[in-house]
Amino acid sequence: MSDGERTTPPAPAPQHGGRSPEDPPVVEATGIVKRFGSTVALNGARITVRAGETHALVGRNGAGKSTLVSVLTGLLTPDEGTVAFGGAPAPRPADRDAWRRRVACVYQKSTVIPTLTVAENLFLNRYGHAPGRLISWRGVRRRARELLAAWSVEVDPQTPAGDLTVEQRQFVEIARALSFGARFIILDEPTAQLDGAAISRLFQRIGDLQRQGVTFLFISHHLQEVYDLCDTVTVFRDARHIVTAPVAELPRADLVAAMTGEAASAGSAARPSTLDRDAPAALRVDALDSAGAYRDVSFEVGAGEIVGLAGAAASGRTEVAETVVGLRAADGGEVLIAGRRPRPGSVPAALAAGAGFVPQDRHHQGFVPDMSIADNATLSVPRRLGGHGFISAGRRDRLAENMIENLEIKTPGPELPVSALSGGNQQKVVMARALADDPRLLVLINPTAGVDVRSKEFLLDKVEETAASGTGVLIASDELDDLRMCDRVLVMFQGRVTREIPRGWHDHDLVAAMEGVDIHA
Amino acid sequence: MPEKTLADAPALDAAQPGRGPRVLLGGRIPLARLRDLALVPAIVIIAIVGQIVNPVFLQPDNLINVLQTMSEMALLVLAQTMILIVKKMDLSLESTMGLAPGVAAWLVVPAGAGHGLGLLPGAWAIPVTLAVGVLVGLLNSLLIIRFGLNGFIVTLGMLIVLRGVLTGISGGQTFFQLPPSMLYLGTAEWLGMPASIWICLALFAVAVVVLGWTSFGRSLYAVGGNVDAAKAAGVRTDRVLGIVIVTGSLLAALAGLLLSGRLASVASAQGNGYIFTVFAAAVIGGISLNGGKGTVFGAFTGVLLLFMIQNVLTLAGVPAQWIGALNGLIILVALTISRITGGKAQD
Repeated sequence: MSDGERTTPPAPAPQHGGRSPEDPPVVEATGIVKRFGSTVALNGARITVRAGETHALVGRNGAGKSTLVSVLTGLLTPDEGTVAFGGAPAPRPADRDAWRRRVACVYQKSTVIPTLTVAENLFLNRYGHAPGRLISWRGVRRRARELLAAWSVEVDPQTPAGDLTVEQRQFVEIARALSFGARFIILDEPTAQLDGAAISRLFQRIGDLQRQGVTFLFISHHLQEVYDLCDTVTVFRDARHIVTAPVAELPRADLVAAMTGEAASAGSAARPSTLDRDAPAALRVDALDSAGAYRDVSFEVGAGEIVGLAGAAASGRTEVAETVVGLRAADGGEVLIAGRRPRPGSVPAALAAGAGFVPQDRHHQGFVPDMSIADNATLSVPRRLGGHGFISAGRRDRLAENMIENLEIKTPGPELPVSALSGGNQQKVVMARALADDPRLLVLINPTAGVDVRSKEFLLDKVEETAASGTGVLIASDELDDLRMCDRVLVMFQGRVTREIPRGWHDHDLVAAMEGVDIHA
Repeated sequence: MPEKTLADAPALDAAQPGRGPRVLLGGRIPLARLRDLALVPAIVIIAIVGQIVNPVFLQPDNLINVLQTMSEMALLVLAQTMILIVKKMDLSLESTMGLAPGVAAWLVVPAGAGHGLGLLPGAWAIPVTLAVGVLVGLLNSLLIIRFGLNGFIVTLGMLIVLRGVLTGISGGQTFFQLPPSMLYLGTAEWLGMPASIWICLALFAVAVVVLGWTSFGRSLYAVGGNVDAAKAAGVRTDRVLGIVIVTGSLLAALAGLLLSGRLASVASAQGNGYIFTVFAAAVIGGISLNGGKGTVFGAFTGVLLLFMIQNVLTLAGVPAQWIGALNGLIILVALTISRITGGKAQD
């Protein structure tokens, strides 16, 4: 059984304080090999993280980052190689308490128990009551308040953990890790689900904790964040360690080259507009209103045009895009897709009118994880698979194979369940489905969230290609890279379209507009 | 869904860094505590309606009658509540409730009269009943935890097997002439109230304390809410699951013992069909079928509400032929009431 046995006396706590460069590294892993069946997830990988630094671990999907995190947190035992904390060998795999005193990981996926309060989550299974006595909830709450205050996390310990925002949940998990005595914390893509303001708060907090002697290992797909936040960067590729260097000494192009194994093209050439002014507009949105989400939104997307819808997390951009494809209904105003007016709030009507759609959260709305690629990719086009409600498996697989080829999805075949694919390839399946019916209008919400650099470029190229074929594209995102190829970007702030920015903008212009500040004033 | 809107509020107002969601009623009275009491207003209203329908309703004799008829069902609800909190289900409870006293009766009832074998003296009846309960629980947890089989299907199979075994050993008939030890708990009165009521209330009280104020009890919620997080926090999840499943079966055996004692017999259909009402009472009482949510006190109010409504209908003179249809209707109405007073979607 995999239960955490706690039979051994507690191992000595790691020493902190009095750190200097000569101190042994906080963590040092060398020659790590980990195989899963025939797949080699780590092949002689190594990493050294020094006390007090913020170390970035980057690499494309499948480079072995997740496996390394599991090895560093003791959830996986490597087949070969050693892990040492502060110079001392790692605890036994079963001694979870000892591991927790050394290292903690804040995962993208929540590891709190949503039905319990924050206080109880912090002190789960260590309520601190004498044996044979009942739990003192007053004591647990008091300790939770003290702990949260000590690390200045402003969360009410009585809140059910399920009600926390992603940002608050991360802070609570960091506080919990620190309360075990760990001063080395791994953040696994902490910014993936946060908006700009929350990210800057997170960075500020990381900086504060760093000054208090906490060491971070930061895993991210956003290279900009690595440059903003980290001191040292380690690049993994194909299960191997490629390079470790101070961030300041590694130019961006070199970093990308280390990740992809080839030189990256410096900046993309300006895309010629493919807007077809003679064809009817792909999308017309007229005076759209929705209480609490957005007000009086009107715009047009021409055939072959790519329009960005930018804005911070709560600006209403996602809601507008979801209204267009029928995931939600507006209180007023109308949506015309390719000249037709689909029934508001009905996804099938929007699809029938000619919309294709990549939803915000692929795990949540994008695919059915245990269904095959073929089934997922053709979910929205059953009538192309055979008549009278029956589905022809042959026709489905042919269609799916075309899509796999067209979108370069890395898979042994169309019958593989989508859950077995990497994040980038999963997103390609979702994209494939959006394109399955040759849409007149393609709506993308955060199309490259949690996707590796190469898949991202590929997906965006595909969008351009689609636009060139006469399809209108609407991209709702706050990711600058997604918006770069747009013919124009509409910026939303607090539910209104506040600015329209033509192509050729500077990053700081767009970011300022999204944050609602005017840098030219 | 009040909490949801609370959580979303700070996200809309990104200008205030790190502001936690404000709790509606201040920090002192968490909403979770109030949700425990969600059914209390409904119970009070039913009591008032009952009193208007028939002044007998609030007489002590009638209230004791309600409590006694619900005591066996309530023990099954208690068992199912704990099992649901750890995100499992046990359908076989209703068969265990019949089989456990059935086996005891089979072994101790003298040969000749019915299908009894008369192998053991009467004093063995209670230990045998409880042992059968534990055995069924161990078998269930072996299949569910060790072999990783789906709990719903395992206990569905077990439900059919155990019922079949009881029909087999009893020849489809009813065991009479039970020994005095088996009759005692179902018939005795302690301090002017039937023993089964005392037992039921005491076990609920113990369960309220254990699930609310001990680390073992809290680990039930952790396992049901997020099993990986529970493991990561050092909870021995398999052991918790095993203990809960075995305790559930033991409680079902005890419930069977109380019912057999009260009816002075073990019918081959004892407990048949109870499980539907058990699930209904638990969900009405705020227990989530998705695990990790709900309290023992809430479950108690759930089963109490169901039986009070039934009693009021009986007092109102509803013809017996209609009771079946009404029972189903009551469950739906009670669910709706708890949805309105609880203010939260049931899942």
